[in-house]
This record gives sequence, structure tokens and C-alpha cells, in this order.
Amino acid sequence: MDLGLLVTIFDSALRLSIPLLAACLAGLWSERSGVVDIGLEGKMLVAAFAGAAGAYVFGSAWAGLLLGIGASVAIGLVHGFASISQRGNQIVSGVAINMLAAGLTAIVGNAWYGQGGRTPPLEGDQRFGSVLFGHSALVYIVLLAVPVTWFVLGRTRFGLRLRAVGENPAAVDTAGISVTKLRYTAVIIAGVLCGFAGAYLSVGQAAGFLPNMTAGRGFIALAALIFAKWRAWPALGACFLFGLLDASANQLQGLSLPGIGEVPVQAIQAMPYLMTVILLAGVIGKAIPPRASGLPYVKER
Amino acid sequence: MSAPLDLPRWADTVLVPAISVVAAFLVAGLVVLAIGENPLTATRWLLQGSLGTGEGLGFTLFYMTDFIFVGLAVAVAYHAGLFNIGGEGQATLAGLGIALVLNNLTFLPGFLLIPLGILGAAAFGALWAAIPGYLQAKRGSHIVITTIMFNWLASVLIVYLLVNVLREPQSMNPETRAFPEQSYIPFMHDVFAAVGIEIPNSQLNLTLVLALAAAYFIWLLIYRSRLGYAIRVVGSNPSAAVYAGISPARIIIIAMVISGALAGGLAVNELMGYQHRLLLEFTSGYGFVGIAVALMGRAHPVGIILASLLFGILYQGGAELAFEQPAITRDMVVVIGGIIILFAGALDGLFRRLVAHLFARQKLARA
Repeated sequence: MDLGLLVTIFDSALRLSIPLLAACLAGLWSERSGVVDIGLEGKMLVAAFAGAAGAYVFGSAWAGLLLGIGASVAIGLVHGFASISQRGNQIVSGVAINMLAAGLTAIVGNAWYGQGGRTPPLEGDQRFGSVLFGHSALVYIVLLAVPVTWFVLGRTRFGLRLRAVGENPAAVDTAGISVTKLRYTAVIIAGVLCGFAGAYLSVGQAAGFLPNMTAGRGFIALAALIFAKWRAWPALGACFLFGLLDASANQLQGLSLPGIGEVPVQAIQAMPYLMTVILLAGVIGKAIPPRASGLPYVKER
Repeated sequence: MSAPLDLPRWADTVLVPAISVVAAFLVAGLVVLAIGENPLTATRWLLQGSLGTGEGLGFTLFYMTDFIFVGLAVAVAYHAGLFNIGGEGQATLAGLGIALVLNNLTFLPGFLLIPLGILGAAAFGALWAAIPGYLQAKRGSHIVITTIMFNWLASVLIVYLLVNVLREPQSMNPETRAFPEQSYIPFMHDVFAAVGIEIPNSQLNLTLVLALAAAYFIWLLIYRSRLGYAIRVVGSNPSAAVYAGISPARIIIIAMVISGALAGGLAVNELMGYQHRLLLEFTSGYGFVGIAVALMGRAHPVGIILASLLFGILYQGGAELAFEQPAITRDMVVVIGGIIILFAGALDGLFRRLVAHLFARQKLARA
């Protein structure tokens, strides 16, 4: 393999891993606080739609990003209300949010633009252009979110409390700190990060919104989160690995490898899911989620 | 916990779900208003399209058949305390099972081939659910995550098989060749025509009878059998189950096997009853609708049948509605499904407290 091809693959792997990374970090914040989030996919989708629509209306990619974040946070708060305030089932709420997002974006998009759910194509300032090495500002912001997440969660008082709420909320409550407030904060941060993920898809990578354009990335991000064992730096690694798999699937299409023969693209596409199942089964290492994740906090028992 | 919620049984099983469904429709009506359409006309088209004509009714019952199976699948796992969101993947694999059986045993007569095809669907669906079940029971992998991953694995696998292995050499479409004709499950209009009654043509086929029978057997299983009792004990209190000599691991795997086999019914109805070949994405997201159906039907077979009828009306009526009012696409049904899952599932406590509050006030007023 020559250097040029390697650079191409690396470049496209980075591009493909950015939305995964933003969504994965979103899941990390949420689940570290004890709120399981399988609605990453839905939040990304809503953000992608609101982002593209916003960028189109205001003629600015940044306005799109803000609207995308706003929409994603709003949907996140619905999940927060159901799982924190109402102590509902977090998985059920996540499934609901994914369905709502898929349906609402398609129907509103169709009603507004009448192009089968697509937004009009974005051009010029309506998209994020490249600022450095051919990548847009969003790429660097999302990459920066990794050390920030690592530092805030691991090195600050707020981060310690947030992690504690995901492990033993009763202890945090006893210390006089509001479990509810901390969890809502985490859910909002997750919404913001999913906003970046979605806006990156429709305003950065593509030029507009397509129905169901997230195409399961939210679930790959979830897989990456488990793979990273709910930690920030490993999340970067896992998302880049899954991005690399995706990129090489595109490159390897129809290519025959010596000794193996032609590798079916689907085999590479299946890797993230397969690896997660194997990891969860405890065959290679063990992935243990935050202890209180998925459990609504009830003050007195 | 806050004050215990003493609700009369009828309020708990009928009133609370009904309120959440009504609330879901109100929200859906707001969405329709927001995109500048009239929710009342929309409702009229919806009902007219799904129940107003014999043909529409046939399609409604066809969709209802799908939803009964996936709803029961979610419900059985739910009784065991498991959340099986792998209905899509299990139904997809069941479709593969059907195709393998039917297209390899073409020499068999219909009365053998049809049951074998159904068994193939059940077996493949059960297998695809048994692996996550086993991993949950023996290795502690979270069933929700594993079933999500198995959904994606199934979709990748089926694309590979249909594009590279099972596709007819001459055909461009990623689908198998047509199943042998004797394996078609008879259409309802043909069955009725055979006894001299004429009903409008639709996709509705005899699988509906199988679905209703399955609902009855699941009722017997869950509420009238030793195994069903064990499933419910494991679901409500696994440690009590251990004291009672029930092995939760074993029950988890069994419940998932039954659940996956039921999800296979979706493939039977869609493929053996209507499409007559295996093709991509025939599950159309119905596996997720099953979650809404099970939650709305309180995981009880009777509730599931009623909820399935409602979703059948929505899907068929939604198709007609999209035809009459193009702004309201069929995605509206997905939105309604999502809101129902949110209201009847995640926000269930909210409505329950609301009703309990009303009952308490009434009691006070009477005292």
C-alpha cells in the first residue's frame, strides 16, 4: 500500500469518526450520570434536520449548528423528564425518542420543503468549510471535546459528583447535592454533543438533510461507548477504529486480499456490532457500565 | 416511593392506557395542526381508509396480524423482565429461515411445506433471540444492547446473503426467487371464495388465524401454565425465583426463544402470506411498533390484539391519508407510535399518578 492511499484512508476515517465521537461522548456524559441513552440516534437525527433547516433559513452554518443543538437539547430534555423526574423506563423512553425523531424529521421536512423529507441543498456559507488540513471547525471542536470531557469528568469537583451520581446516587444525595440537577446537567451536555454530531452530518459532511441520514450511527456510537468502557480517551480510540473500519470498507470494496480473497463489505460493516457483542460477553475483557445507570433515583425507600 | 397508588383494577388496566393513548393522539393532532393541516379531516380520512371499505378493512387486518406477532414477542420477554428490542432482527432471520426451507424443499406438497416454512421462521427467529438470551443469562451482557447489535448484524447479514448468495443469477434485485406456489398461505378472499362468499381482494391471509391462535396460546402459557408462572416470577423478582427453585438463567433463555419465535410470525405473514419471496427490509420497522403495541396492551394478549387493531388502522389509514393529504406522509404513524411508547411506557407513572389523584379526591368528596 502506498502512502497516498494511507493518507486518504486516515483522512476519511477521521471524517467518518467525528459524528460517532460526538455522539459517543454524549452517551458518556449521560450514562456516567446514570441516565442510559439509547436515543443518541434520534437526537442526532433531529439535530441534523434542525441544523440543515437553520443553515438554509439563516444562510449561516453556525446558525444551523445552534438550532441543531437547541433541537437536540429539547429532545434530550424530554428523555430527561421521563427518566429523571418521572422515573420512567429509560430504555423505553430512548426507543420512543428514536421513533419520534425519525417520524417528525421526515414529516416536517416534507411539509416545509416538499422534497420527500430532504432540505434544500446547502451551499457557500450555509455549510462548514475547511479551516485546517481540509477539515472544518466542527472536527476540531469535537476532537477538543475529548480532553475537555476527560478533564472535567476526571479532574474537577463537578465531574467527581457527576460520576458519583452514576455509581451511588444515594451517597451524593446524602452529601446534600441534588441528584436531579446533576442528571439534568448531564442530559443537557449530551444534547449539546449530539447537536454537534447531527449538524456535522447535514451541514458539514453532506450539503443538506436526508431522511434517516444518521443510518444507525447513534447505535455504533453506543457500541463505541461500551467498547471504550465509558471513558473519554478510549472513546476517541474506539470511534476512530470504527471510522477506520468504515473508511476501509469503502476502499476495500471489490479488492482481493492475498490469502483471504475478496472481503465482503458487509463483514467489515458487521465488525463494530460483533466486537461489542463479544466484548459484552466478557470474552475479551469486561465492560462494566456505571453501577446506577438505568435506575431512576428514588429518594426514600 | 411516594404514596402507594391504589387504583381499581379496571382503572389500572383500561383507564390509564386509554388516557395515554388519547393524550398521544392529541399531541399527534397538534403536529398535524403545526404543519398546517386539519386534524379532524385527517382523522376522517384515516378511519375512512382503514375501516370504511372492505378492501381497506382487509389491509387493516393484514397489518394487525404483523403487530399481534411482534407485540406478543415483546410481551413474553417483558413478563420475564427482559426488554427485547430485537424484533426486527429476529423477524429478518425468520425470513431467511422461510426462504431456506421453502426454496430447498420445493418438491413437498403444500400441506407439509407450509407448516415446515412456519417452523423454519420460528426456529430462525428463536435462534436469533436465544443468543442474546444466553449471553444475558450466562454472561450478564445487557439484553437491550445485545438485541440492538443483533438487529444490525441481521440487516448486514441479510444484505450480504441476498446480494451475493441467494439472489437469482439473472435478477438485478436483491431478492430470492419466488417461493413454490404450493407454499403460499391462502389469501382470505380466496378462502372465502371457496365457500361461495365474496369479499374484496387484499393482502389479508390465513396468517391472521395463526396470530389469534398464538395470542390464545400465549395467554394460556403466561397466565395458566407452570412455565408462565415461572416466567412471571423471574420477571418480577429473580431472587425470589431462586428461592422457589426456579432457575432465572433457564427461564430467561426460554422466554427469549418463545419471543424470537413469535417475532418470526411477522415474516410468515409478510413473506409466506403476501410477498412470496425473501426481500430486503420487509420488516419495515414493525419490530419497533411491537414495543408500542405491547406497552399499550399492558403485555396482555387481549390488550395486544386491541392495540394491534389500532396500529393496523393507523398503518392502513395512514397510507390512504397520505394519498388524500400529501403533506401528512405515513411517517405520521411512526410519530404516533413514538408518542404512544413515550406516554404508555416511559411516562406511564405520570398518568397513573394523575388518575390516582383523581380517585383520591373523589373518595374525599364522598366521605
